[in-house]
Amino acid sequence: MTEPGIRAGIDVGSRAVKLVVMENGSVVRSLVEDTGSDPLAVCRRLLAGVTCDSITATGYGRHLFKEHWPAAEVITEIKAVARGAASLVPLCRTVIDIGGQDSKAIALGPDGKVQKSVMNDRCAAGSGQFLEMMATALAYERDEFVAAACRAGRAERLNSMCTVFAQSEVVSLIARGAAREEIALGVHQAIVRRTAALAGGVPLEETIVFTGGCARDPCLVALLSEALKHPLLVPPGPQSVAALGCALGGAVAPTG
Amino acid sequence: MSTDYRPMWKDLGLDLEAHDALLGVLGSLYEQTFLTQRDRPDGMKYFDFVMSEVHGLRIQELMEARKQGRKVVGAFCAFVPEEIVLALDGILVGLCAGAEFATPEAEKYLPRNTCALIKGFFGFALARVCPYLAASDVVVGENTCDGKKKSYEIFRDLVPNLHVMDLPQTKSAEGRALLRAEFVRFAAHLEELTGRRLTADALRQGIATVNAKRAAMHRLARLRGADPAPISGLDGLLVNQVYLYDDPVRFTGSVNAIGDELEQRIAQGRGVTPKGTPRILISGCPMAVPNWKLPAIIEGSGAVIVGEESCVGERGTQNLTADTGRTLDELMDAIVDRYLTIDCAIFTPNPSRVEHVLSMVRRTGAHGVIHYGLQFCSPYLIEAGPVERRLEQEGVPTLRIETDYSQEDVGQIRTRVESFIERLRD
Repeated sequence: MTEPGIRAGIDVGSRAVKLVVMENGSVVRSLVEDTGSDPLAVCRRLLAGVTCDSITATGYGRHLFKEHWPAAEVITEIKAVARGAASLVPLCRTVIDIGGQDSKAIALGPDGKVQKSVMNDRCAAGSGQFLEMMATALAYERDEFVAAACRAGRAERLNSMCTVFAQSEVVSLIARGAAREEIALGVHQAIVRRTAALAGGVPLEETIVFTGGCARDPCLVALLSEALKHPLLVPPGPQSVAALGCALGGAVAPTG
Repeated sequence: MSTDYRPMWKDLGLDLEAHDALLGVLGSLYEQTFLTQRDRPDGMKYFDFVMSEVHGLRIQELMEARKQGRKVVGAFCAFVPEEIVLALDGILVGLCAGAEFATPEAEKYLPRNTCALIKGFFGFALARVCPYLAASDVVVGENTCDGKKKSYEIFRDLVPNLHVMDLPQTKSAEGRALLRAEFVRFAAHLEELTGRRLTADALRQGIATVNAKRAAMHRLARLRGADPAPISGLDGLLVNQVYLYDDPVRFTGSVNAIGDELEQRIAQGRGVTPKGTPRILISGCPMAVPNWKLPAIIEGSGAVIVGEESCVGERGTQNLTADTGRTLDELMDAIVDRYLTIDCAIFTPNPSRVEHVLSMVRRTGAHGVIHYGLQFCSPYLIEAGPVERRLEQEGVPTLRIETDYSQEDVGQIRTRVESFIERLRD
């Protein structure tokens, strides 16, 4: 698993670009920056001063990255996150990943290889973008939004999972005088219902590792664990697990 | 190419402006999807030509045949018996249903949650851009899924001559009797339209022509089992798509010419992709021209498609019609028996379909199956679950994709397909 040399992994995600650099098997650099509107510029900034023997890219921008760094190897987020999770948690048999625009459930074999995976279809319902848009509708900053959901005693139920419809549902709940934090908790529950349904597409076996930017949300972790009736293990830096997987699965080809 | 078909299209009542727009899109899509492929068999040039003239020369041929009194039968389904059409000197052609066109117009007649194929043929009809529909003397609808049978009730008002064929939903004796009665009724309708009588000799000839065409397809399907694959899946699909438009005898010759060429390639160990390339079988809903979305993603992600278990594919072309009957009745029985083997998901139960998928996996050496379901197509989407479970039980990795004709989900599909190919490689 740990090959000698300097290996970089970059996850060009829809909301953030994550870079992990490993030297002889140890992480020597781990950076995250918002993707914004110019992912290539972000990649260049993150890679400034990095010399490496190989680089592997994943995420929405993986093919774009390859066009500009032709020596890069390209793998999917599914393989990358599975590899990263298996290296951090050797007993991992299931990965739930909720990112900015995608959510996935991945079943791993005892050898750490992907056996089956499911992923959301075209819409961003059930992903980080959904949470962000609902937070905005509720006029919360991200951290406030999570804190509010965590302290709410009860939840307003959201019926729609379509981001557009859910937003108007939130607006009408506000108009009816519903408590903001209770709506925030309702939003979390909605995303958990969606994720639990998606996760039903793979056999859920312990240890289950929860990754992606949304795994930083403790309210989501607690609710999802309850819904799946399994403990979830959130590794440190859950957002960078796919980038780590890339660094671990790096190509042999040296970068230019 | 230089022929000006505009007067012909105008005579057919097409909307020339909309039709030009369609041909523009179709032409560039074809170029990007097909002409950029490497090391294609020479025999594909014929199919490139057919596609470049699909709204031109072929329509001109149909119009000339009509001038000589032959009738054009337009259809949407593999259940329409071409043997009977040919026996009455008719020409069977597939109608346009493979792209989004004039969707807002179609949605004036149909709910939004209707499958893309049905919305597609409504859109083509309403926008007046399908010359095959315009050149058809009779359009055959068929009671397959709920979406189609209910939409034909509405479609009836949009086309001059719609013949709706009832289809059984079970492969029982009663189901067989229904199919037979419907084929007889269809033949009677065509007899009336053509002023001809169906004879045993003509039907035997029709069976021979269609069997030769199917046999050529069976040969192509077998040759696609070689590793390295001698022809791309996109080109294999294209041949299956042209099956529905072209003159059957000329088509058979062209497919057999490809067969000869592929045999040489196989003998030389020459392939369009290296030996060991991940091999994928597609199973599910039909892909009509120009629906190349999923195959283009799959082959663009480094795999090769080695077969299609689909109505535009082996579900539509498998099994020959027995030609040993002496009387008209015996020959009709043989035709009914052959069509009843089509394992369409409208049948309940439909166990032969997954068996066919498994036999195709074994024959083609596919490493995995991608199940293609059109959004809102209940029969195939519901069957996809049991098909996937059975294939996985048999050790065949399977990926289910549900999509439509739009391009908005290409990114997500690519990620899932690439991940599936990674799984096959690892």
